[in-house]
Amino acid sequence: MLEIDQATYDAIVSHARRDHPDEACGVVAGPAGSDRPERFVAMLNAARSPTFYEFDSHDLLALYREMDDRDEEPVVIYHSHTATEAYPSRTDISLAQEPGAHYVLVSTREPDVTDFRSFRIVDGEVTEEEVAVVPALQPVEPAGES
Amino acid sequence: MSVEVRIPTILRTYTGGEKAVEGSAGTLAEVFDDLESRHPGLRERLVDEKGLRRFVNVYLNDEDVRFLGGLETTVADGDNVTVLPAVAGGAR
Repeated sequence: MLEIDQATYDAIVSHARRDHPDEACGVVAGPAGSDRPERFVAMLNAARSPTFYEFDSHDLLALYREMDDRDEEPVVIYHSHTATEAYPSRTDISLAQEPGAHYVLVSTREPDVTDFRSFRIVDGEVTEEEVAVVPALQPVEPAGES
Repeated sequence: MSVEVRIPTILRTYTGGEKAVEGSAGTLAEVFDDLESRHPGLRERLVDEKGLRRFVNVYLNDEDVRFLGGLETTVADGDNVTVLPAVAGGAR
């Protein structure tokens, strides 16, 4: 299951709408091992295409260095489909190389409705998961308490 | 051994879970050959018959090696090589 807060959900949807008809893309970073999508990072689609996305290679390096410095990982990797359904394509599946991430697909093919779905993609296998949009992520237990 | 090579999560199965390994200086192709001798199978994930794999990014310090010399890029003592899979996909 993907648990995500409303503000982050809205940020992803509005990025997808803003870049339509090009595919939008980005990540939501969170503390390594936490499964908490805390920090929204919209990325440039270097392909600027309605049917393909790719993070610019230098942006990618800067992002991963920053996450490494902050002890974070990409909890969510999102992108939009602008004329097709919010489901991973063959290309999405073959290029998915972060087995720990939730792959979020947003479809902007309808002007009034935005589909938002989440998937795990591991070793070429796609598993859809439930998305729970919450007002805020649960606070983290302070260290030392149980 | 004087070059640090940073390995992404998905390739750490070849390095016993290590996120950085050491290699000898030389061309990037030679660095990969050197790594292969200790981490069999790793090179094939980085290079195919056409050269550097399209959706694997390799950086020498801060530069994408595609803008330098590709596999012929000179990697010197003290340099850092970072491997990151591309984050990409498409509608089909």
